[in-house]
Formats: sequence, structure tokens, C-alpha cells
Amino acid sequence: MPYGNSDLLADRVRAPVAIKILIAGGFGVGKTTLVSAVSEVRPLRTEERLSEPSAFVDQIDGVEQKSTTTVAMDFGRISISEDLVVYLFGTPGQKRFWFMWDELAYGALGAVVLADTRRLADCFPSVDYFERRGMPFVVAVNCFDDARRYPIATMRTALNLTAEVPLLLCDARQRGSSRDVLVALVEHAVARLGHGRQFTSSR
Amino acid sequence: MTPRRDGGSRDSRGPVVRPYAVTSGRTKPSGAAIDMIAVVSAVRSASVTELDTGPESALGPEHFRVLEACRLPIAVADLAADLDLPIGVVRILIADLREHGLVNVRQPAMSGLADIAILKEVADALRKL
Ligand SMILES: Nc1nc2c(ncn2[C@@H]2O[C@H](COP(=O)(O)OP(=O)(O)O)[C@@H](O)[C@H]2O)c(=O)[nH]1
Ligand SMILES: [Mg+2]
Repeated sequence: MPYGNSDLLADRVRAPVAIKILIAGGFGVGKTTLVSAVSEVRPLRTEERLSEPSAFVDQIDGVEQKSTTTVAMDFGRISISEDLVVYLFGTPGQKRFWFMWDELAYGALGAVVLADTRRLADCFPSVDYFERRGMPFVVAVNCFDDARRYPIATMRTALNLTAEVPLLLCDARQRGSSRDVLVALVEHAVARLGHGRQFTSSR
Repeated sequence: MTPRRDGGSRDSRGPVVRPYAVTSGRTKPSGAAIDMIAVVSAVRSASVTELDTGPESALGPEHFRVLEACRLPIAVADLAADLDLPIGVVRILIADLREHGLVNVRQPAMSGLADIAILKEVADALRKL
């Protein structure tokens, strides 16, 4: 299928490829920090429907005027070349946003699950989700200054991770460290493909 | 002091607004789902000057803005950021344009992710960041 103004070039130019990586983890674990450290942050808003009826709900000509608030999402882009762009999306952790996860996960390359050893359990729902979905993910333990350090093996056990899931330490404030986490994820995805494992993310 | 519970002011929840006003109150796009990183492009023949955006038309000025913004292929999330519109609203506008045959929408290819060459290219580029 030709693209817009570049119809004539369509045969010679590779169709643009967009790659999606999710950044998950509990509140305050460093998702926004990581996205800002490693990508060009862009303002993105999504709608949040209010579950309870409110005074703002009105009805015009049978068309429901749903009242919503808009919320900012973590969103950043890394341009690799003119026609290859990596998009980072923070997956909002609060329960009321869980409806968004499936759609965010659809077609994603994989996910980074950020963890904080002071409240490790906050990342369990994310780990469960990506495991169940069969989506490649890495766990990055964000090294907060006042957090106790544990051996990797101890953390792996606490997280009950299978051996193939990469577990690494990071400082989300450091560009280089956040970059290494993304590299680990992409390498993990490549390794899985190399082993003939197919992505199972489908709607 | 007890810590604030989730959903308090520490999140970025904005004021209650009506982002769907430009979509005549519709909150769901028509047709097939449109991913956040689906690539949208105006079809070459879609000339904005010929577009009927009068009061009788199903298309309005916001459709017009979207069509202009996707003259060159662009991802849905970038479109939303460029136009400062919520993602759900942009998706509805794109779906309308698609129904009128004015844009192509290419979903992220699962096959693209199965392409080891592309993933290696991504890994190499990230390493150089
Ligand atoms: N010491 C330290 N602080 C961090 C690190 N990552 C994030 N922070 C801080 O933790 C707080 C919460 O991070 P944020 O990115 O907003 O978390 P989010 O809720 O997951 O988006 C911020 O004040 C960050 O500056 C880290 O690796 N080390
Ligand atoms: Mg945040």
C-alpha cells in the first residue's frame, strides 16, 4: 500500500516501522524518570472515564456525553532512523487504568518492569501480567539511595522469576543505565526469537 | 500522618473536561481498532480543499487538522501529541477519516517484531545512545 505523498517512492522506501516498549511498575518506582532519561518525552493525554455518575453527565439528542478527565501518560520516542522509531509508554499502575494494558501490550516488543526493593510487591501485578501474556520482559531494580542492596539471586527468588527473564540493577535517572535496560530487553526479545518462541500477544 | 491513598492529588489527573465534544459525544472509534503506534497517512488524493466541512458534513475542522497532520505517515501517538488532543479523540477522528477513504491506517505488524534483523538494528542503535 502506498503512503501519502511518497507514492512514487513507495517501492524504494521502507515503510516506517514503529516499535513499542512498555515501562511498568508501581507508583513512584521511576517510570517517568526512566522515560525522560532515555527518550524525547512528548505530551500525551488519555481519557479516563469517571465510573460514578456525576453532575457533568448530560444527554443531548440521545448521544451520551460521557464526562471524562484527561490524564497525562508517560510517552517518549527514540528515533533510530527516519523510518524506525521506538516508542516508550509508561503503563499506568493504578487499578483504574488496567483496562488500558491489553491495548498497550498489543504488538509491543516487550516490557521493562521497574522494581524497588523497599516495596517489591508493587511490581508483582506487572510481572504476572507479562508472564501470562508470554511477552518478553526484563525486571530492572531501581537503586534508590536509601534502599538496601540484595544479591541478584535473592531478588530473583523473591520475584519468583524464571531463569530466562533478565534481572538487572539500574539507576533510572542515568541515561546510560536506562539505555542498558532497554538494550537488555531488546536482546532478550532477539534471543527468544532465536529460540523460535513466538509472540503470543494478540487481542 | 496517614499517607494519601491512590487517586489523590499526586497523580496528574486534570480537571473534568469534555474531550469528546469534537467527536459529537462519541467515545468509540468506528471500524477496526487503531493502535497507539498504528501509522496513519493521508491518501494522496485526499485534497483538503475539496473536503466538505460545512455544517451538513460529517467531518469538521478537527478532522481537517488530523488530515493535514498526516500528509506524511505518522504514528497515532505522535499525532495526538502534535495536535494536543487526547489519544481517544484522535482515534475517533482517524476512524472517521478512514471511513471516508481519506487515510490509510497500518497497524503495528506482529511480523515486524518477528523480524530479527529489525530488532538487532534497534539493539545496535540503542547501544549507541
Ligand atoms: N535515588 C533514586 N531516585 C530515583 C530513581 N528513579 C527515580 N527516582 C526518584 O523517585 C521519584 C519517583 O520517580 P518517578 O519516575 O516519578 O516514578 P513513577 O511514579 O514510576 O513515574 C522521583 O522523585 C525520582 O527522582 C533512582 O534510580 N534512584
Ligand atoms: Mg510517573
